Amino acid sequence: MTASTTTDRAVPRTPKNPKFAGNGHAGNKGGRPWLFHGLMIPLTLIWVAPMVFVVLVAFRSFDDIAGRGLSALPNTFTFDGFREAFGAGAIGQALRNSVLVTVPAVVLALTLSSMAAFALSRFAIPGRRTILLTMLAGNLLPPQILLIPVAKIMDSVGLYDTRFGLVVIQVAFGMGFYTFVLHGFMRSIPREITEAAVVDGAGALTIYLRIILPLCRPALAALAALSTTWIFNDLIWSLSVLRSQTKMPITAALLNLQGGYVSQWNVVAAGSLLAALPTAVVFFTFQKHFVSGLLVGSDK
Amino acid sequence: MSITKVAAQPNTVGGAPPKRRRITRKIPVLVWIFLAVPAAIEAAWVFWPAVNSFVLSTEKWNGAGAPLSIGFKNYSDLFSDDIFRQALRNNVIWAIGFGLFSVAGGLGLAVALNRTRRGVGLYRSAIYLPMVFSLAVTGLFWRLLYQPDGAVNTTLDGLGLGSWATQWLANPDTAIYAVLVAAVWRQVGYVMVLYLAGLKGCDPTLDDAGAVDGASPWQRFWRITMPQLRGVNMVVFAVTVIDSLRTFDIVWTMTGGGPYHSSELLSTYMFQQAFTSLNLGYASAIAVVIFVIAIGFILTYLVRTSRQED
Repeated sequence: MTASTTTDRAVPRTPKNPKFAGNGHAGNKGGRPWLFHGLMIPLTLIWVAPMVFVVLVAFRSFDDIAGRGLSALPNTFTFDGFREAFGAGAIGQALRNSVLVTVPAVVLALTLSSMAAFALSRFAIPGRRTILLTMLAGNLLPPQILLIPVAKIMDSVGLYDTRFGLVVIQVAFGMGFYTFVLHGFMRSIPREITEAAVVDGAGALTIYLRIILPLCRPALAALAALSTTWIFNDLIWSLSVLRSQTKMPITAALLNLQGGYVSQWNVVAAGSLLAALPTAVVFFTFQKHFVSGLLVGSDK
Repeated sequence: MSITKVAAQPNTVGGAPPKRRRITRKIPVLVWIFLAVPAAIEAAWVFWPAVNSFVLSTEKWNGAGAPLSIGFKNYSDLFSDDIFRQALRNNVIWAIGFGLFSVAGGLGLAVALNRTRRGVGLYRSAIYLPMVFSLAVTGLFWRLLYQPDGAVNTTLDGLGLGSWATQWLANPDTAIYAVLVAAVWRQVGYVMVLYLAGLKGCDPTLDDAGAVDGASPWQRFWRITMPQLRGVNMVVFAVTVIDSLRTFDIVWTMTGGGPYHSSELLSTYMFQQAFTSLNLGYASAIAVVIFVIAIGFILTYLVRTSRQED
């Protein structure tokens, strides 16, 4: 994530011994449930309250908000905010831009990094460990140290203010992490499997396409879920390499919406809900992958 | 989490010296290309620009014409720049607050939600749901809440604390903390997921043994569980510091660093110097400072990671 783009990743210890994998302690399971729920229910409500508030505001009419204040309970229900956000707010175009950047960036990044991980994990490339860690280090750099030179280089090669330029930097910046994770996964695939293929006369390309990639499906799915939200949620790269409002992805367009509809909170709320929806859908569809994605590489 | 399970068998094959002979010795040209293309892309768009930033930080440049080399003047200017010092101070506040609250919250919730009971899944989902929103969306959500007649002030009023109400984001005394609350709200779920995974790796028999020996839950947590979570703690620490130095989106969305630079962080100040004021050399010097602060934590993370690679 930012973090943003975050370094939403980690390498904690997970069970090596399956008997630890059980949830909690048999001894005190379910002790004092009323206390537990008595604490957790209010806390959870506080946690979701901000989201509920935004939803309520998004469906109110402008007159209702202006007349009765932001926090009044709604007495109107309308899609005006969404209509305005889609219409003059150009949220539709911005969402399209986000998809046009995110999809190619995820596909390219995972393709390229699976290639690099294949080379590094299955062949005796000299210095492969150093190469791997250097690539990972690139992903850990603070993006601030790259922003100005990247914008400058984009400009000199004609990629500045193009969606493709944004794809390029997203791929390049994320690659180190994806390669590292896929390398760890590929290393755990028994060599006997590929050796058998070599005996049968399979070349490197066949082994990569027919054996390694299919076996890496769970890792690729986890990384895809994770990188989709990262790239979709990015703001700083879009602001750095794009200029035209018509090319801005949803995050940057929201900033613009906020500036353009200063006191029309129903439009701002509707716009931010529309921006939150795609990642929430990805999250709920791939929840299992998403959580394992966060723990990815967490082998030892 | 099949991923972690499969990857959890260390060194089944390859890597370890005795088995090295089994690694294919002859490397096909295609494999070199497989490695060279991604490596070249990363070198061209990550490492080369990073090197450029160092050069640029010793120059004066507004984006047009030729840059003027001025040695270390940008850096000496930084030291007498009040806004820079304010940003640095805010970054310290941010790192401590962000780290402390998201770790305390995430760890506490992980411990509470580690056991299997009814409703746990629902609680967990609710708490890590904010994590899927972008920081920009999170920022906008909370801008709404912090409006003068928004939910925060209204709630305070309802609790009889109406005198606490303020314009949270427009008040220089509260702006940075108001943004911090929003960032923590989003981060807690992530930390909780990491600790939940860590807790699954703890040996429950140790805890039971402690209970039999009469240790209180509090003692068992600090003396038995925490030592087993050392690995997760390290990672959470490194990730939190790296994240807090990267923080940009949420501040940029909520306050833009204002009012009067009171919520300025190094990243927002750098961005504003670079893309609003076009002081590209000066902005690069700030970026280098961010890099220098981050590098220690990056190396810690890498050293730890490379040890695990063995």
